[in-house]
Amino acid sequence: MSKTTQAPKALRGVGNYIDDRFHLAKTGEKNLRKVFPNHWSFMLGEIALYSFIILLVTGVFLTLWFKPSMMEIVYDGSYERLQGVPMSEAFASTLYIDFDVRGGFLMRQIHHWAALIFVAALVIHMLRVFFTGAFRKPREINWLIGVAIFALAMVEGLFGYSLPDDLPSGMGVRILQGVMLAIPLVGTYISMFLFGGEFPGEDIITRLYVLHVLLIPALLLGLIVAHFMILWHQKHTQYPGVGKTDRTVVGTPMFPAFAVKAGGFFFFTFAVIAGLSAFVQINPVHLFGPFTPTSITSGLQPDWYMGFMEGSLRIFPNWLDFTIPIGPGYPIMVAVLVPGLVIPGLIFGGLALWPFIEQWITGDKRARNVADRPRNAPVRTGVGVAGVVFYGVLWLAGSNDILSETFSIDLYLTTYIFRVLAIAGPILGFVIAKRICLGLQRRDRETLEHGYESGTIQQLPSGEFIEVHKESSSETVEVLSSKKDPSSTVLQEEDVDSSGVENPDARKGMGKLRRALAHWYTKDNVTVRDVEPHSGHHLHHTHDHTSQEGPEEDEDGH
Amino acid sequence: MTENNNNDKNEAGDDKPERVVGTPSSSAEERVVSEQPAENESAHAGPFEPFETHLRSEEQMRRGDKMASAWFIIATLAGIAFIASYFVFPPNSSGEPMIADPQIAQYSNMLLGGTLTLAMFGIGAGMTVWARNVMPHYEVHSPYDELPSNEEEKGSFSEFFMKGADESGFTKRPLMRRTLLASMIPLGIAPVVLLRDLGPLPREKMHHTPWENGRRMYVEGTHRALRAEDLENDPNGMISALPAIDDERYPHGISMNDQAKSVILLIKVPEGDWKEGMNQPVSEDSDETHMNWTYNGIVAYSKICTHVGCPAALYERTTHRILCPCHQSTFDAADAAKVVFGPAHRGLPQLPIGVDDEGYLISTGDFNEPPGPTFWEYQGGSGS
Repeated sequence: MSKTTQAPKALRGVGNYIDDRFHLAKTGEKNLRKVFPNHWSFMLGEIALYSFIILLVTGVFLTLWFKPSMMEIVYDGSYERLQGVPMSEAFASTLYIDFDVRGGFLMRQIHHWAALIFVAALVIHMLRVFFTGAFRKPREINWLIGVAIFALAMVEGLFGYSLPDDLPSGMGVRILQGVMLAIPLVGTYISMFLFGGEFPGEDIITRLYVLHVLLIPALLLGLIVAHFMILWHQKHTQYPGVGKTDRTVVGTPMFPAFAVKAGGFFFFTFAVIAGLSAFVQINPVHLFGPFTPTSITSGLQPDWYMGFMEGSLRIFPNWLDFTIPIGPGYPIMVAVLVPGLVIPGLIFGGLALWPFIEQWITGDKRARNVADRPRNAPVRTGVGVAGVVFYGVLWLAGSNDILSETFSIDLYLTTYIFRVLAIAGPILGFVIAKRICLGLQRRDRETLEHGYESGTIQQLPSGEFIEVHKESSSETVEVLSSKKDPSSTVLQEEDVDSSGVENPDARKGMGKLRRALAHWYTKDNVTVRDVEPHSGHHLHHTHDHTSQEGPEEDEDGH
Repeated sequence: MTENNNNDKNEAGDDKPERVVGTPSSSAEERVVSEQPAENESAHAGPFEPFETHLRSEEQMRRGDKMASAWFIIATLAGIAFIASYFVFPPNSSGEPMIADPQIAQYSNMLLGGTLTLAMFGIGAGMTVWARNVMPHYEVHSPYDELPSNEEEKGSFSEFFMKGADESGFTKRPLMRRTLLASMIPLGIAPVVLLRDLGPLPREKMHHTPWENGRRMYVEGTHRALRAEDLENDPNGMISALPAIDDERYPHGISMNDQAKSVILLIKVPEGDWKEGMNQPVSEDSDETHMNWTYNGIVAYSKICTHVGCPAALYERTTHRILCPCHQSTFDAADAAKVVFGPAHRGLPQLPIGVDDEGYLISTGDFNEPPGPTFWEYQGGSGS
């Protein structure tokens, strides 16, 4: 290590040139010193960001040849097997990218794979943020931006999937149009305006193209930049550990270490996507053939992120459909409207509202920079698992024909099973996840109190065998004892004040609801506040601390 | 980014603390400056505090240097191979691409993709080795910014803003303010108005199809007109058909829009298999029954599912069930195509059929209801 801290002359020149114009030395150093906490789960958002960059780059490449036109032509291109087949120019130009442009097939596959991974990384990143409570103040707005990115990414993906105008892609558009038509009163108008007339018309691909390559990417880019700037400004959350508090962040500095790690990770992400594109074919449109509104193949599957919509369209029965008996009669297609509008509304609306619901329940108005361990917020974790199970059941239901065939189950039976699971699954998921959380809390308390099981067996003079418990590391003790008990300000308010007057809030509907929810949110908990961390060689079996347990009763008592 | 993930799993406490001496105590709220000097402090010249900087051993750095360089060399070679594999599959002398053969296209894809993967992976791996073996491991402490501004700043801002707003007249002169806001309204509506020509109004377009009295039918995908015998000789047969239109403007002879609304399934149902529903009228104000609209055991239904519009193309001959493969709405062809399972709102519309003088199958009118996904006004048109 040399002692030279003077930058080389050329670098100084550039630095001075920029600083003379932008006054950046101080800001620059501050940002290069920015600290990023270390944890594998913080890479999920990075995967999404890098996939998005890959999408932009490969997308630009594809636009150089793709013709977003529905003009019908008879194919006369390089791919022999479809010569003489009528198709749209969009499909023909997609074949051109595949069979005339060298590397075109690869870029198309990379674009498609990157899209799948983009949305997947978004979802998993979002689950990480949810389960660790990283959406809490001051990050609620960034959470909302994230929800918007998720919703836009889905639409963007659906539109992109529709562009090549191959058979499955056109059928996706058809289903979209069918859902639109079900909208009461204005459905036919929306469809006519979007498609420039009846389905399929001659405009839809051109219009989806503009939305796909210009409008939505611009919105996404803007939101992603905002997401990132807010993250940069507020700094990352971190998991509990020694020295990590709501006021101090500990981790790797941007320069030099994080920049290199993140750069390397970008290349890893790209390598994985390129490798999948090279060896795992996902969109062989030349095998599917061009779209016609009259043909279909069985076993059609949308891209994974549309699977939950497909599944809910499949399993929602028509029993609730009815007709408004006015004039000729107007139908309300509940079986289309609920899967097409209500369920996505519930999922995205629920995601968007949760931070505010939770804040309303807990009354927690403090800035939280240390993330929760999921087990320490059992109700939130339970709710999250219920949501995941609901989404997962609908997603699986989107493949019920394939499941039916693979496992030789009656097709209609799979529908009934999924109908039951869509209701029972989330409830079970909530209960089980919450139980597991409480079990883990108990183990944490155990570890904190008695240290860890060393595996050393000792015989006491009395002849009894015991396993020696050893002291946990300071890191472990810090993590375990940092647990905060779930609490709610509303439960701390007295229902009846000192002069015997009832708190009016406690009697009103919303106040009552809030108290009930607060009770539900906080009632099950294994506290560690009263625990003295282990400092010596306890004889585990001689202690009985049931009486020291937290406010709730302890089912399996120790 | 992963090397210090000791945050989440702490059940076993036997792992030695990773950091060197002098790290902050567990109760540290702020950056704690250690009193014990770090091992390398005397030689420390890095940008961060010694206790935040865990240097690698000289041995490890040397190994890391070599390893990272090896990866970068692999990446360079793979990158060159990527460019080379672009030129391995040139067009032939007459300009026809070699990759037009799907097999060769696949090889090209694998070669290009494989080398690209290796090049990217090499750079990623090299950079990771660099960060983990050559660069020190940092555990830098930095304060989270106190986000709310202090009361003085807030007060000053608010005072400044309100004084400015007052002085501008915006708050004091309601006439001007309201007229300005009013002037925004028409401009806000204007873009919506401009979008009016996106498409025509629905009116009755969706209630009518090219089917009319005397229209022959082609087997879908051909220009062969169907005769009744084509189905009569095949008990339980099913044929997908379109109206016989030869419009030279379209490669198919018929526009996509017309295909989408007029495609039908022709099904031959054996005499004894018809069910009760066939004797009901085709619509409320009609004397015709579903049975009247069949010809010699042949019935014609719209092929487009009334759920969200996929072609209901699967037909189970023994049960006469028509199944839509998208969302599994199931219709009974022997019972006026009523919904027997799944999410569809209504049965498939039926097309009245007969034969002309030459024995060709014809439609004798339009569907009894608009075909395709069910929509708000489907019962409203003057229809058939």
